[in-house]
Amino acid sequence: MEDKKSLRAPVSQKPHVIPKPEHPEYLGGSITVEINEKKLTVPFGTTILEACKQAQIHIPTLCHHEDLCVAGVCRVCVVEVEGMRTLQASCAFPITAPIKIKTTSNAVRKARKHIIDLLISEHYGECYSCFRNNNCELQSLAKEYGVDHYNFGHVTQPRYEVDNSSYSVVRDMDKCVLCKRCVRTCIDLQEVGVLEAIDRGHNTHIGTFLEKPLAEVICINCGQCINRCPTGALRANDPRDEIWAAIDDPTKHVIIQTAPSPRAAIGEEFGQGPGKSFTGELNTALRRIGFDKVFDTNFAADLTIIEEGTELILRLYKDLVKKEKVALPQFTSCSPGWVKYLEHFYPEYIDHLSSAKSPQQMFGALIKTFYAQKAGIDPANIVSVALMPCSAKKFECNRPEMNSSGYKDVDYGLTTRELAQMIKEAGIFLPEMPQSHFDDPFGEASGAGLIFGATGGVMEAALRSVIEFVTGKRVEDVYANADITPVRGFEGIRYAEIPITEVGPVPKLLQHLIPDWNWLKGATLKIAVAHGTANAKKVMEDIKAGGKFSECHFIEFMACPGGCLGGGGQPIPTNEEIRKKRAEAIYNEDKSLPVRKSHENRHVTELYEMFLTDGPCGHISHKLLHTHYVKRGKYIA
Amino acid sequence: MLVVEKNALSEEIESYVEKYGNDRSALLMILHEIQKKHRHISEFAQQEVARLLNIHPVEVYSVISFFAFLNTNPKGRNLVRICQTISCDMKGKKQVVEAIERELGIKIGETTKDNKFTVEYANCLGLCDMGPAMAINDQVFVNLTPEKAVELLAKVK
Amino acid sequence: MENHLTVKLGEKKDRKGPVIFSEYKRGDAIRKALSMSREDILFELKDSKLKGRGGAGFPTSTKWMLTAAAKAEKKFIICNADEGEPGTFKDRVLLMEYPELVFDGMVVGGYTIGAQLGIVYLRGEYEYLLKPLEDYLEEMRKDNLLGKNILGKEGFDFDIEIVLGSGAYVCGEETALIESLEGHRGEPRNRPPYPINTGFLGRPTSVNNVETLAAVSHIVVKGGKWFAKYGTDKSSGSKLFSVSGDCERPGVYELPWGTKVSELLELVGAKNAKAVQIGGASGHCIPKSQFDRTLAYEDIPTGGSVMIFNENRDMLKVLKNFMEFFVDESCGQCTPCRIGNVKLLEGVEMIEKGNYTFAHINKLKDLGRTMQLASKCGLGQSSPNPFISILENFKDEIFNRGNGGRNGR
Repeated sequence: MEDKKSLRAPVSQKPHVIPKPEHPEYLGGSITVEINEKKLTVPFGTTILEACKQAQIHIPTLCHHEDLCVAGVCRVCVVEVEGMRTLQASCAFPITAPIKIKTTSNAVRKARKHIIDLLISEHYGECYSCFRNNNCELQSLAKEYGVDHYNFGHVTQPRYEVDNSSYSVVRDMDKCVLCKRCVRTCIDLQEVGVLEAIDRGHNTHIGTFLEKPLAEVICINCGQCINRCPTGALRANDPRDEIWAAIDDPTKHVIIQTAPSPRAAIGEEFGQGPGKSFTGELNTALRRIGFDKVFDTNFAADLTIIEEGTELILRLYKDLVKKEKVALPQFTSCSPGWVKYLEHFYPEYIDHLSSAKSPQQMFGALIKTFYAQKAGIDPANIVSVALMPCSAKKFECNRPEMNSSGYKDVDYGLTTRELAQMIKEAGIFLPEMPQSHFDDPFGEASGAGLIFGATGGVMEAALRSVIEFVTGKRVEDVYANADITPVRGFEGIRYAEIPITEVGPVPKLLQHLIPDWNWLKGATLKIAVAHGTANAKKVMEDIKAGGKFSECHFIEFMACPGGCLGGGGQPIPTNEEIRKKRAEAIYNEDKSLPVRKSHENRHVTELYEMFLTDGPCGHISHKLLHTHYVKRGKYIA
Repeated sequence: MLVVEKNALSEEIESYVEKYGNDRSALLMILHEIQKKHRHISEFAQQEVARLLNIHPVEVYSVISFFAFLNTNPKGRNLVRICQTISCDMKGKKQVVEAIERELGIKIGETTKDNKFTVEYANCLGLCDMGPAMAINDQVFVNLTPEKAVELLAKVK
Repeated sequence: MENHLTVKLGEKKDRKGPVIFSEYKRGDAIRKALSMSREDILFELKDSKLKGRGGAGFPTSTKWMLTAAAKAEKKFIICNADEGEPGTFKDRVLLMEYPELVFDGMVVGGYTIGAQLGIVYLRGEYEYLLKPLEDYLEEMRKDNLLGKNILGKEGFDFDIEIVLGSGAYVCGEETALIESLEGHRGEPRNRPPYPINTGFLGRPTSVNNVETLAAVSHIVVKGGKWFAKYGTDKSSGSKLFSVSGDCERPGVYELPWGTKVSELLELVGAKNAKAVQIGGASGHCIPKSQFDRTLAYEDIPTGGSVMIFNENRDMLKVLKNFMEFFVDESCGQCTPCRIGNVKLLEGVEMIEKGNYTFAHINKLKDLGRTMQLASKCGLGQSSPNPFISILENFKDEIFNRGNGGRNGR
């Protein structure tokens, strides 16, 4: 049976292939259906749920998620289809015939109510002691269907232990409704494959391999499951208590660095629509909360570009001129989810990862060295917090090697959601805060550091510098407004070629490393961008097979769909539309900034002059700003 | 687990993959073979199967946990399954179970101390016309009485 | 050993029946079919009005016609031998005593729909049949009843594999069966699309019950009209009934559709029957007053399980056994079935202990109706059947049980 090939992911969780009519233009290409006696024409294969949406008829859903394939398991979205004996899940029913649908009949209303009642009867805990209170899809359904008592009883004892072994993701299966969104996220969307349904029947629960704690399996901490969980079953490991304690402790100097993506999304936690950054307002709010200093992670992102860009140039130089064996393409290393993914799934490729630390960790190392010296503060008394869109950053700051300052470089990774909670606890309504600036000595950063938040951003930032370094020309002369659009967008994998037709003088910063650029003249820089580890996997498999991506020089990988702005620490819910709006906010802010290239960030150049005196990729920088990786592999001990 | 044992198990699983193919659709039969030979599918075996079929270990575990006849922890050398469905129940399943429990000194779901027997309930064995019925490993026994059931167990090695 | 069920494949007990148990010689159906066109076989099937014998009763000719019409390089025919419904064992008898009928039917099916491979999904509980059946297939290969250019028919290559289930009732549901064949949890799929166009490995697949395939072999040899002579207008042919419980002669009986429940009871020697559960745990419980009803798709459709309860049986205990079964065997993916069955079982336990209210029981019956409508597959759609029918048909017995005057508080 050479032809026995099944689909990679559970078929029941994939949308099935509906045979399309051969001549859609004459027959069956579009179909007229009747929904609640209203006629509507939809393309062949449209689900009832989509059709109802078009007809502006609300259908409650729970297991359905726009980012994920069909499940059809919660049954909340059932509707009546004339001629069918049973009710049909509208999310899973493709329209292939002119059917008549009823969405509000007695049977439908009763069934939905029953299903909600059943889910609630098994849902342990009370809403007021849940972090998803007021942002829970089960709670919303209960409200929508007027649940005012427990129709079928209510569990009074927990059935599962909370798993908080992971630095990043906490699992509380007593709040799980078995929608399997996390499974579909983990297996299909991210292709990590840590979570699956275990056991069957009433004992079914979502679990890991042999029920091991999350910290012991190959979870990459991306937290995408958290973003898609309808209830409080999945959450990030929350450091708020420790941070409040540090703030309250007068001997502690508490610093927070803020990444661009949380700034572009935190408004959503305060009822603002997605698509507006609250950078200035957030600075004020953070000071009012009691943080002693507020720094811009983008500064470190600019530094990352210099270090990582230099590293790339050095690798290319070694490869092309010195004919030394180097690992190319170079992979970006700022997404800790991606880094751990590679360590587990492609450990043989870890030397392709840029040794440059992520901006968070670079900043952490500088705060407890450079800044501590400059401000005359004992680094032991500094508590360094990083506001990140990311759950994996919590793991990253706890990696044992991340202590180049002699201390834990970053003490806490804080997510957008958690900070929003802190702001609320402080009685602050963020959108109404006056704006203020970041603190010195790092000040405001460049737009290049800012766009790290969107997929393709690191690549664009790097290119803005590399192009200017090599050609001596202004990026604006090559790409209008310095917007390098070929690497932008949301397509899962993007590829671009940049021919280097002319070269300029070597800038001062790099003169001690390379004599000239002549070796790059006539070369074509091949680059790629991938976001979401499922896409990363495709690229990696292509590299393994010696395909076109193996010819690349530099590839940006982000663990999360959309890049950091779609990170596992971002406000819930998430979908493509929301992620696009957040990207808009980031690119708009970039446009508005006076400095838009990392190498033009005055604070960065000053840092090289004053502190990292042997330049990019020098000894000091290697000690503080570079790191190494672990070949983890897939085997679970 | 010793390296030698691991290698032997890997080789064994590879031979099943050779026999049934390396597609996921071979999973059930491969698991069945491992279960039959080792009376359970160990942590290592699960990961080997996952590796060879290019699926995630948790998916293998998920499938094992779904099926009543596959398990991840070793059971006794002999698995006794007594049909608990109504037809056998009406013909005196309870008495048979009680006799076995008394004789082996264990309760349903348990394994004897010498690891010789694990006794479980099974849903309908499809022998309703000859109940009460039970299976000892892959052999089935019918028209049981408490006395005969115990006698049968005594003959098992 | 007298208690040991020994298997001598193909050795027939003295069984009588108009269709399935009538004369048949191995290979007859294949020989005949290969001399016919595919269309003619479908016409015979259409004339026979054969409906699926697993219980759902979908016309076999339509299923095969649609699978035959689906365009694909590869197609599959699957024999559903995951006979897990409590009280059913006819497929065991067919496979043990009449394997030629089943396998010949599969070959005919493969020929008709254009499949290259047939898969028998044999329930794990029948593991003892695996080796003998595989040996039997090997014999068929030797006689060129399987393999390449079967019986000299140029271009007709077809083989049969057996895959063993592993103890999951829900895998009798055809899409769950396919999922588990593909190496996944046996969780039923969303339908549509149906296996006839998106089945095993995404290819057109016909899933047929063991008994259906056995009937096909006879129909091909003796004609659709001959088959349709038996039974009623809407339920043609005969049916195998697996009879167990309180009767003198339990076993497998072949009777024409349209037989009255009372006739069957007399045949098997069931005296003092007060109730008959027809269709297994997921079927309906018929009280004495309805024994004149007929076994037929138009009255009591069934996959053939008949369990007889005499006057001394406690129907609540019977119900509890069924509900425990469903709680055990629900796949757990959809809400109504996963949680609903537990609630119904809790209701039964409340009645057992006497701490129930009629308001709550009625609420549960209502929940049962939602489960029938909103569950994803046939398991959840039919698991409330015994709850609803037993509580309805035996309410006097059940709600008047003596338990310290705590009834119906």
